[in-house]
Amino acid sequence: MEFFKIRRTIPFMRHALVFNIISLITFLLAVFFLATKGLHYSVEFTGGTVIEVSYKEGADVDRIRGALEKAGYKDTAVQNFGSSRDVLIRMPLVQGQSSADLSQKVIATLQAENKEAELRRVEFVGPQVGRELAENGALALLIVSIGIVLYLALRFEWKFGLSAIIANLHDVIIILGFFALFQWEFSLPVLAAVLAVLGYSVNESVVVFDRVRENFRKMRKASTPEVIDAAITGTISRTIITHGSTQIMVTTMLIFGGPALHYFALALTIGICFGIYSSVLVASPLLMWLKVDRSQFVKVKKARSDDENDGAVV
Amino acid sequence: MNRFPTWKYALVAIVVALGFLYTLPNFFGESPAVQVSSARVTVKVDAGVLGRAEDALKKANVAYSAAALDGASVRMRFADTDTQLKAKDLITQALNPDPANPSYVVALNLLSSSPTWLTAINALPMYLGLDLRGGVHFLLQVDMQAAVTKRLESLAGDARSQLRDKNIRHSGITREGQTIRVRFRDADAREKAKRVIQDGIADLALTESQDGEEFRLTATIKPEAVKRTQDYALKQNITTLHNRINELGVAEPVIQQQGADRIVVQLPGVQDTAKAKDILGRTASLEIRMVDEERMNADTLAAAARGEVPFGTEYYVERNGAPILVRKQVVLTGDRLTDAQPGFDSQTQEPAVHLTLDGPGARIFKDVTRESVGKRMAILLIEKGRGEVITAPVIRSEIGGGRVQISGRMSTTEANDTALLLRAGSLAAPMEIVEERTVGPSLGKDNIEKGFNSTKWGFLAIVVFMSVYYAIFGLISSVALAANLLFLVALLSLLQATLTLPGIAAIALTLGMAIDANVLINERIREEIRGGATPQAAISAGYERAFGTILDSNITTLIAGLALLIFGSGPVRGFAVVHCLGIMTSMFSAVTVSRALVNLAYGHRRRVQKLSIGDTAWK
Repeated sequence: MEFFKIRRTIPFMRHALVFNIISLITFLLAVFFLATKGLHYSVEFTGGTVIEVSYKEGADVDRIRGALEKAGYKDTAVQNFGSSRDVLIRMPLVQGQSSADLSQKVIATLQAENKEAELRRVEFVGPQVGRELAENGALALLIVSIGIVLYLALRFEWKFGLSAIIANLHDVIIILGFFALFQWEFSLPVLAAVLAVLGYSVNESVVVFDRVRENFRKMRKASTPEVIDAAITGTISRTIITHGSTQIMVTTMLIFGGPALHYFALALTIGICFGIYSSVLVASPLLMWLKVDRSQFVKVKKARSDDENDGAVV
Repeated sequence: MNRFPTWKYALVAIVVALGFLYTLPNFFGESPAVQVSSARVTVKVDAGVLGRAEDALKKANVAYSAAALDGASVRMRFADTDTQLKAKDLITQALNPDPANPSYVVALNLLSSSPTWLTAINALPMYLGLDLRGGVHFLLQVDMQAAVTKRLESLAGDARSQLRDKNIRHSGITREGQTIRVRFRDADAREKAKRVIQDGIADLALTESQDGEEFRLTATIKPEAVKRTQDYALKQNITTLHNRINELGVAEPVIQQQGADRIVVQLPGVQDTAKAKDILGRTASLEIRMVDEERMNADTLAAAARGEVPFGTEYYVERNGAPILVRKQVVLTGDRLTDAQPGFDSQTQEPAVHLTLDGPGARIFKDVTRESVGKRMAILLIEKGRGEVITAPVIRSEIGGGRVQISGRMSTTEANDTALLLRAGSLAAPMEIVEERTVGPSLGKDNIEKGFNSTKWGFLAIVVFMSVYYAIFGLISSVALAANLLFLVALLSLLQATLTLPGIAAIALTLGMAIDANVLINERIREEIRGGATPQAAISAGYERAFGTILDSNITTLIAGLALLIFGSGPVRGFAVVHCLGIMTSMFSAVTVSRALVNLAYGHRRRVQKLSIGDTAWK
């Protein structure tokens, strides 16, 4: 079986400007949503308490809310979580309130109202811990970006590193934009997913770049856009199949993983879809705009003339 | 060209066999068990304890499937939870005749039912995180400021007693913020005092100053002493937590330092979170102070009750309801107290509490009691800034040697309670819960099931797709992917790395990404064939040329994984550990294991007409 019987080189670069404009618009939209709506941070970042309670029969969110309000808990958000039987109660940090008794009191309140309330999970994060987690997350993103640029600069050239990281940070912003637009909860696992996607889709760019370098050597008379077109066409089959297999896993996670893995899988899904697009159709035009040309690889070739199979090729 | 030397096949076979071996314990499940460990430092768990526990069960005809002494604990396995509960009661009765003062912690636990020969080679099931097995996780922040303040208070006390010993007159020692100020009437006394304090208390740095008629000596605590105090406070608190948690009877508690001033406490399987928090949250510390009897009379007490407390004292109400005025000056703090046990007075047979003080504590106590025979002292429990007088006994005589007995007017229960409060109260610095995660057991089970299901279905879907799309080569890729899963689980079991729900997600994701390597190889082989290469040459070239790309892609992914490992905490770290390990195992399985299989299938045939790698005939 073979899905991609591509006999001709597809002229991707002819439409480079179109792709870049699409990217720019999506990117600006994502930035716009991030700026206006902001991310809906989970309790891990903001600090506060989350209590998951399960009922044997459907949970009555309004009654729970009423019971909590009567008990004097203000600003609590009560919503169904995963199924109609599970409820998630979010409570903000209150100065001077001890975390130790809060969850106990809440569950006592709920059990007084309905005996079937079963405590499933409590998560309390103090304000300081939340701030540290946010800082460490930002730091991790920075380190990953620098590490990848450095690696690609060593493996290829700084222009490749720069275009790959721009293309893939653009993915990250778009994932975050989705989370801002739909106000999905941005939690630590989502952050992990975002960073995993960053590492994952950069290797996509690497595969294309490997081919670009190889084609510069092979296609002596071709122009830069033709070289890039040939590279993308040559790798597109592998790109789709690889991402497809990863997406199969992520989709099963989305279906079977339950609410705990829902946003994690969602972030991966967006990341994988935009990863294909950006590494192929954003990174490569960027490479073109940065004026990569054959002369850079003649040098590379001279330095490594003894091994023409050097580097990765697909 | 597509043949491995025999040692390479052997290597693959051995690695796969080891993978099986170390994955094996995960399939045996768990059986209910009772675990006996020591509740006190002085009590050792040895073969004698095992024997006593076995005797107790045999006498009551309770069957057990295994009993063993494992390190510092005795573990006994049972057929079902009913027997387990019954056995726990029997063992508790046999080992702890006095329930108020237990020597052993007898806890319910789940132990792997894998055979002993597996355990003997260190093959254990994966260590499940709290989100999978249920339990409580706390992150406690130690109030280091308070630890240093307390240390300063006690240093001020030391200075006071040293100046008194040397008969140096001063007009007051006070702690002001983070400094101690000593006032003198003349420079001569100050000079003498300076020498005494410098010789006697190495932790203080002294500076002189003068304000009008007043000569001052200002002492600050040295930075290295601050550090030592903080380290000590953390260690002391960890020890105290160990003792407190022993009361809970948790089988495998984790109590660890995290960073400079935090303590992680994990109590797997704990259902009674209220009690756990209650015990941990008891952020109490002890202080011994003198009762201000000179100024304590009906009038001052009445005034104090209204809020007009005489200067330098504090107003408290004793447990029996009697009001009392206590001096602010601290004689001893709880960290000087090494033990407190309930017991009886050897002469009168009255219930009593026996305290043991450490060396400096004993010296201070001797001085204080010598000067205050007939007076009362108060033992206060300070909890979150609020004090409570536990007991306020009369000092009958000078007490040396650090052994203190408090007796009179108390019942056995009161003696027990007081001893427990005194013991549990010996935290070196207050702590606060800054993070808490409680996972109920039902959620833990759900999480395992959900994580397992998504991995299973995702894996099957990939196997089906690969086998259809790449035929025999797809099947080989799938076997390599299965080997990857095997290695990953074996490695996680071997390292006993904590597996969490994000960790299971990472297993699934890593499998999805690992297949990338095989896709790269298979696509490359197809391309070689389309380019006119012979089947054998195509295999060889495909594997060789794809390797560079596989390495590149794994390294970029690994960069992200390592950053997550370094900066991540909690769920992110659980994800990162598995992700990084998975990337490394996938390198071996996708390249070496699949190549070994391909070589076995094709490399030894004399003539290969066609590779079963799907449709390559077009073009």
